[in-house]
Amino acid sequence: MQEQEENPPTFTEQSLIEVTVNGQHYERSIPVRLLLSDFIRHELHLTGTHVGCEHGVCGCCTILLNGEAVRSCLMLAVQADGMAITTIEGMAGTQSELHPIQQAFREKHGLQCGFCTPGIIMTVHAMLHENPDPTEEEIRHELSGNLCRCTGYQNIVEAVKLAAERLREPQMGVEQ
Amino acid sequence: MTTRWFGAAVQRTEDPRLLRGKGTYVDDIDLPEMLHAAVLRSPHARARVTAIDVEAARALAGVHLVLTAKDLGGVLEPSPLLVPHPALTQPRTQLPLALDEVRYVGEAVAFVVAESRYVAEDALDLIDVEYEPLPVVHSLEVASAEDAPLVHAEIEDNIAAHFVQTVGDPSAAFASASHVLHESFSVERGAAMPMECRGVLARWDAHEGMLSCWISTQGPIPIRNGLAAIFHLPEHKVRVTAPDVGGGFGTKIMMFYPEEILTPFAAIHLNRPVKWIEDRRENFISSNQERGQLHEVDYAFDDQGVLLAVKDIFLHDTGAYTPYGIIVPVITACSLPGPYRLKNYASEFTVLYTNKVPVSPYRGAGRPHAVFVMERIMDGIARELNLDRAEVRSRNFIQPDEFPWDVGLVYQDGGPTTYDSGSYQAGLDKLKAMLDYDHFPECQAEARTQGRYLGLGIGYYVEGTSIGPYEGANIRVESDGRIYAATGVTSQGQAHATTFAQIVADQLGVRPEDVLLTEGDSQAFNWGVGTFASRAATVAGSAMHLAAVKVREKAKKIASELFEASPDDIELADGKVFVKDAPHRALTLGQLAISANPLRYSYGENARKLMSMRLAGPRPGPALPAERGGPGLEATEFYSPPHGSFASGVHGAIIEVDPTTGMVSFLKYAAVHDCGKVINPMIVEGQVHGGVAQGIGGAFFERLVYNEEGQLINASFMDYLLPTAAEIPSITVDHVETPSPLSPLGMKGAGEAGVIPVPALFASAIDDALAPSGIRVREMPLHPCRLYELLKATQNAQI
Repeated sequence: MQEQEENPPTFTEQSLIEVTVNGQHYERSIPVRLLLSDFIRHELHLTGTHVGCEHGVCGCCTILLNGEAVRSCLMLAVQADGMAITTIEGMAGTQSELHPIQQAFREKHGLQCGFCTPGIIMTVHAMLHENPDPTEEEIRHELSGNLCRCTGYQNIVEAVKLAAERLREPQMGVEQ
Repeated sequence: MTTRWFGAAVQRTEDPRLLRGKGTYVDDIDLPEMLHAAVLRSPHARARVTAIDVEAARALAGVHLVLTAKDLGGVLEPSPLLVPHPALTQPRTQLPLALDEVRYVGEAVAFVVAESRYVAEDALDLIDVEYEPLPVVHSLEVASAEDAPLVHAEIEDNIAAHFVQTVGDPSAAFASASHVLHESFSVERGAAMPMECRGVLARWDAHEGMLSCWISTQGPIPIRNGLAAIFHLPEHKVRVTAPDVGGGFGTKIMMFYPEEILTPFAAIHLNRPVKWIEDRRENFISSNQERGQLHEVDYAFDDQGVLLAVKDIFLHDTGAYTPYGIIVPVITACSLPGPYRLKNYASEFTVLYTNKVPVSPYRGAGRPHAVFVMERIMDGIARELNLDRAEVRSRNFIQPDEFPWDVGLVYQDGGPTTYDSGSYQAGLDKLKAMLDYDHFPECQAEARTQGRYLGLGIGYYVEGTSIGPYEGANIRVESDGRIYAATGVTSQGQAHATTFAQIVADQLGVRPEDVLLTEGDSQAFNWGVGTFASRAATVAGSAMHLAAVKVREKAKKIASELFEASPDDIELADGKVFVKDAPHRALTLGQLAISANPLRYSYGENARKLMSMRLAGPRPGPALPAERGGPGLEATEFYSPPHGSFASGVHGAIIEVDPTTGMVSFLKYAAVHDCGKVINPMIVEGQVHGGVAQGIGGAFFERLVYNEEGQLINASFMDYLLPTAAEIPSITVDHVETPSPLSPLGMKGAGEAGVIPVPALFASAIDDALAPSGIRVREMPLHPCRLYELLKATQNAQI
């Protein structure tokens, strides 16, 4: 114990993980203590997932983990071993067209500085999958886990309504 | 010419990139060989630093550098005082690292650079600092008390500045007035809380002798100049870029935050890129804050409700340092008169040091406080005389034919506080219609019979905007026909890439998406100040306009020579330059750009086409006549406003208060906004929405709570509550457009406006809702528990 006090652990332990991110398979040896958000951003260089608070409140780091919206700053990367992740980069992929949710945000001016936007879009994606026809109150409730400091939320709510409407049209169904 | 894009709700060109997660914020940039920094911060609000032992930290594997104040050599200088003022007799600015005393919780004490942020933070734990805690000044009340502890030992009474301004003859007005009231008002601290915290990445290129920094800032060019001076480099060998910035709201217009010096210092020292990214806890305890003021107000008025005089004596909390001078209280003093004919005004403020995070402007910058006080005065007059609140305001408005209106004060830019234009009654009329103001008393009475407490509040403000000194713009048409524009300001979400493109597109006959803007890069445009004070659209936008006009004139001149036509007969539209009434005699802008550059070697499709057209050949004389002003379709122009302009607006809300819990909900929110000519109404409305949300946060949810030891006890998003989508109502926005005569396109500025009147209208609405209790709100913010307390304390509480 005494020795530990003088030489605290350096947390160098590595672990091998396999994840599928936006359809692509990755195998990496990473420090056990690496946050999933840091893994996505700085190991996989998918920097669209942002980090706004590192304590799970702001929602900027929201991703889809096996289809569910989660905060990637509240997980270690090793906990995602074997799982499928979707990040903002996977929404429209390489297609020239934006995903209908992204398109609706553009048309309704649902973003300003853009920092919270990827997390909000991932939240909305999961929300509309769960509930394709939400009321305004339900939208506002579902969005309340994501902070935005620029827009006052109004145009985000409008964008979600528009996206929901378009995604309900059969030809545009939510892609999974 | 008729403009086409100016005034249109053009979709943002920024969006596709940001929506795909392809934005580039500072932390998105990872350079090869890059190291990571972390800052050790003081856990004490005030303490003497007696020893620092960094040996264990230096010995940790993966640590490359540990810096304390003593390691900084000549760089250990206090940051510059940004805005000196004669009344600021005791300015103090911060060292990059504290030397022998720390003065707030969060002050930087040591800087560690390591292989990863994780290791850098491990090393912080190994640094042993011996502190000798000293008595703490945690509030304005303590700072101003007799025998108060001193934040700076040599500064008597903690007074940084004392400033008195007088307009008219307040004493005489008070002496003869039929009504005089006295009230105290207080506003507590809040914080900007952009979703992206601050960040700095620095790279030293030893071969080029070039320092490159990417900083999440609102003012890269002043920082470039400052870093060049600090590191003894030529300015052109320092490049500071503000890439995508995830919100600023004032807290990122600052120099220097310690990390802006320490990170490049470490990069130069180690000859490796170094990145420091602020985490949210650091943002709470080291990024500048604002708002704390205590006002003692006397006001005099006549039987008709006409305001005769105001005497406002207030204390302003500047925190431990005065990096930004006394801008904030000066703005408060100048903003207080608002849209009203205030001819007798005594203003006196004292700026006090406290052991808290330093203060610099946060969106609104001293104005929400001033508007809170003045609008409380208007409501106070209405209550005293039993008059309608809107009617009292109407009786005091400056009238449209009274502009320019000289308030009689010196504004923050050193110029006169002279309102250029305004339509205050028109704004109020619109708001009343939006709120169905005249019928509200019926709804209110009806609701009260059901045990519900509805209240209506209004808040009017005049906002000084668009201050100088200047901004510039460079516009260049390249041979591909695209237009490249550059300016020294930055965007933190204001969509300059869209709005400036609209301005340029109108002059050059192209679409906004053909105009590509570079901003916030000191290598792309050498001159400029930054984005703050609701100034960028007006000041940089005007420079864009002037430069675009010049490019247009140049295009017409060159085309007239090629087509052997009069310049007056040349037109620009659809990306082409052509002879009026002979559209086949046309060149694309790209082709004209090639011919504007009399090179003997041109390449590409446009060059071949141009060659094949066999237009007028070279004239005798130089290939580049002096009067053409240089090669290329390019121009640089600067715009310096004569003085700031003054936007205005009035917001109103209908709220419901639950007197058993103190909870307030918004039933309706309406905003009428006059920012002069509007470039893009979609974007202006977005600015208003966001400002209102921040205002609601500042009025109801957000309050930085420091305990007696000077510890910020709610330094996380779990405890400091930013409003969410569930709390912010839908906001109806309407515009009044009173063009500013000061700028070429008549804009005034819109960035800060939304936040300014919210505390005022919130107080007004609570008073109205709980009128039976006789409550009078005199403090902000007012969270539910505090409102409940006030209600309990109100003697006549009938509810």
